[in-house]
Amino acid sequence: MLFDDPVFASRLLTLLTLSFHIIYATIGVGVPLMIMIAQWVGIKKNDMHYMLMARRWAKGFVVTVAVGVVTGTAIGLQLSLLWPNFMELAGNIIALPLFMEVFAFFFEAIFLGIYLYTWDRFDNPRKHLLLLIPVALGGGMSAVFITIVNAFMNAPAGFDIMNGQLVNANPIAAMFTAAMPTKVSHVLATAYMTVAFMLAAIAAFRLLKGSKHEYHKKALFMTMKIGLIFSIATVLIGDLSGKYLAEYQPEKLAAAEWHFETEEAAPLILYGMLDENQEVNYALQIPFGLSILAHGYPNAEVIGLDQFPAEEQPPLIIHYYFDLMVTIGMFMLALSFVYWVGAKRGWSFVKTAWYRSLIVLGGPLSFLGIEAGWWMAEVGRQPWILRGIMTVDQAATSSDYVGHMFILFVGLYFVLGVGTVVVLRRMFKNDPIEKALAKQQGGDSE
Amino acid sequence: MSLEVLGISVLWLFLFGYVIVGSIDYGAGFFNAQSIITGKQHILSKIIQRYLSPVWEVTNVFFVFFFVGIVGFFPQSAYYFGTILLIPGSIALVLLAIRGSYYAFESYGARGHKGYAFMYGASGLLIPASLSIVLTISEGGFVSIVNDNPVLDYAALFTSPLTWSIVALSIVAVLYISAVFLTWYAYKTGDTKATDLMRKYALGWALPLIITASGIVYELSSHNEAHFERIMDLWWMFALSFILWFATVWLIWKRRNYGMAFWLLVGQFAMAFFAYGVSHYPYLLYPHLTIYEGFTNTAMAISLVFVFILGLALLLPSLYLLLRLFLFDKNYVQGIKNKKE
Ligand code: HDD
Ligand code: HEM
Ligand code: HEM
Repeated sequence: MLFDDPVFASRLLTLLTLSFHIIYATIGVGVPLMIMIAQWVGIKKNDMHYMLMARRWAKGFVVTVAVGVVTGTAIGLQLSLLWPNFMELAGNIIALPLFMEVFAFFFEAIFLGIYLYTWDRFDNPRKHLLLLIPVALGGGMSAVFITIVNAFMNAPAGFDIMNGQLVNANPIAAMFTAAMPTKVSHVLATAYMTVAFMLAAIAAFRLLKGSKHEYHKKALFMTMKIGLIFSIATVLIGDLSGKYLAEYQPEKLAAAEWHFETEEAAPLILYGMLDENQEVNYALQIPFGLSILAHGYPNAEVIGLDQFPAEEQPPLIIHYYFDLMVTIGMFMLALSFVYWVGAKRGWSFVKTAWYRSLIVLGGPLSFLGIEAGWWMAEVGRQPWILRGIMTVDQAATSSDYVGHMFILFVGLYFVLGVGTVVVLRRMFKNDPIEKALAKQQGGDSE
Repeated sequence: MSLEVLGISVLWLFLFGYVIVGSIDYGAGFFNAQSIITGKQHILSKIIQRYLSPVWEVTNVFFVFFFVGIVGFFPQSAYYFGTILLIPGSIALVLLAIRGSYYAFESYGARGHKGYAFMYGASGLLIPASLSIVLTISEGGFVSIVNDNPVLDYAALFTSPLTWSIVALSIVAVLYISAVFLTWYAYKTGDTKATDLMRKYALGWALPLIITASGIVYELSSHNEAHFERIMDLWWMFALSFILWFATVWLIWKRRNYGMAFWLLVGQFAMAFFAYGVSHYPYLLYPHLTIYEGFTNTAMAISLVFVFILGLALLLPSLYLLLRLFLFDKNYVQGIKNKKE
């Protein structure tokens, strides 16, 4: 399969590159905002700890940015290498946001360079903080623009097809599709949420390892609070995303929910297994749940897979991706809410080792949520690459050796992934917080 | 100017930008590795690190700009080049990844790993070589249409002398551009040892540059006669380029005004690069694809140009700020940090 079917190999390689890039991209979107918040709090409270937090996060960020840029360049070029027919068609309508994204990268790259190398060159730290605004903006905007492209693939608009020819292209209408508002806001909210929980997990890990330092406690509390805010946003916007699907891509929602027959008052199915007759077993059913998710009231009618020809039904496996994402979303919301209330009211159990272990677990879980969400959204679009217009089979390259390239990139991402972890660990091991603080208080800045 | 020509001019301009900033970056990696191997690391590494670390990401975006832009303005190029470039493109990506991660892994984490520095240096030569293949392919003769799909003839490509002369030029050009720039930069840092070393490299690569460049024109005369004819029509641009080359070499030889020498070099390459581009007109892929057949619709073209102008308005001041802080700031360049507190 891998070596003789370019379509299959292209799908696998796209899956690999995107699943890898999204980890770094999420960090690239979220971390600048977190640095900004920490530095701002630090300046306002005149608290060394927050300043140091900003500084250390920025230091680690350098490493992940580099890999983000490298993998992003890979996916950018691979879009043309693996899906030449798609890019030829899509280039006519949706090239605009891709082009805008490049400017966002430029903007981010320039100011990131300046920010990182000018810690000690401004007399007024506020000026240095100002440099972060374009970095955070650039990262956020690149997520917005690329997600606009993805929204277009799910709900194409802004052109007409006449006799197989594309006419009346309207690049602006192609950017503001039906899928765009929920998709863009959900992606942004989940990126900020995930990065907050990632930083919280690091702080919790340090505390678990026996650190009693005030620095880690402040970091944990701040990031959990930010995480809480964004996980509320995530769940709310996720609900709206479900309503979008029900309206514009009912087959994706139906496949994700194993909703075979169109019916009113549909229950939400969680977990479970399918037997050979497509009967759902061992599932948790929430009465009226799907109707509420889809339309907001319990008796609403939800379109089932019976309305779609077999060859246009998405793979049913996306049910598990959907469940994974929703479960993680609910879990993180509960975890951070309880922590926040607990910290305010002085409940002692939020400071115990087991609770902190859960917070540590929350970091990787959030990333898993991002992956699961994308798998559900992208696999759930099958067999289309441009919904209703072009299928994946038609879009893929005709060249041989895609399978070999897949092996090549597996090797590359393995090296990059392991490299990131090793370098980050070494970086912070050689420069523990106590040492860094002593250095700062001594007025010596590296 | 028609929209087609405007589009390709914008892209060609950015590609030129990438050739210059990319060459500086790639060549520096090579000189860095060379100095480690010959035990002269202490002379060069500091300079190279200080200049390159803050700007490498910006260099990369020039490249991204080009390939995103060309798909935007000329969607059909995605179909032709995307299909045939799978292998060279993937290899270039892996090489780019090695370089990108070097900055992260080497300069911030595990400093001084020799094997990595060597790979980093080698990739600096291999990337231009692998990217320059695209120029060779665009000259025609290596792509045929089989069952409606473009197919690349690797055997013909790798046995063609044109391929290897373009590869040779790309490598020599990288080393020459980089050496001239680093001579200037080292001079500004006040490091006479590094200046002398880089000056020697710059002079050493000057003559090979002219030889390899002439080699390509010679090869083209038999490979693609039509293109060769148009190059001959533009002889005055190449002549101007040659004069600028001579002026650069003369300044460096006389140890005078290294800054001016670098800007003359930019002029020299601009002349040659645009002369080449104009003579290539109107083909993107000879003889299958021209800029007119491959062009996007008018609405898209206009909005791309509009965004481009807005983008430039944002970009140019920011780039100026970056250069002022890292290239032209005396204290930074000389490694002095103004301490506050
Ligand atoms: C940490 C990550 C995370 C978490 C906790 C959630 N999501 Fe999500 N979700 C994403 C990360 C994500 C994502 C990665 O951002 C996706 C993938 C594609 C997209 O546009 O956003 C996504 C897509 C996505 C879609 C599909 C949109 C489409 O295909 O157009 C729906 C219906 C939901 N989400 C709904 C939810 C609900 C109801 C959640 C409630 C808890 C939820 N998500 C939590
Ligand atoms: C098909 C999908 C994608 C493509 C083609 C793509 C392309 C790219 C490219 C070319 C770069 C490197 C830019 C540079 O040279 O500086 C990059 C980096 C980046 N990408 Fe992606 N990307 C994709 C998906 C995403 C998604 C879904 C997000 C956000 C949710 C995202 C966010 C980013 C960010 C923030 C960066 C900056 C690097 C960093 O700060 O880590 N990308 N991407
Ligand atoms: C970064 C987050 C993303 C992830 C993790 C992701 C994931 C995936 C996955 C898993 C597939 C394979 C589906 C299958 O073959 O069954 C896929 C396909 C694809 N995605 Fe995405 N995607 C992301 C964002 C995007 C964006 C923003 C774009 C558009 C610019 C995009 C363009 C494509 C294309 C062209 C394909 C191939 C066609 C297909 O198999 O459906 N992806 N993606």
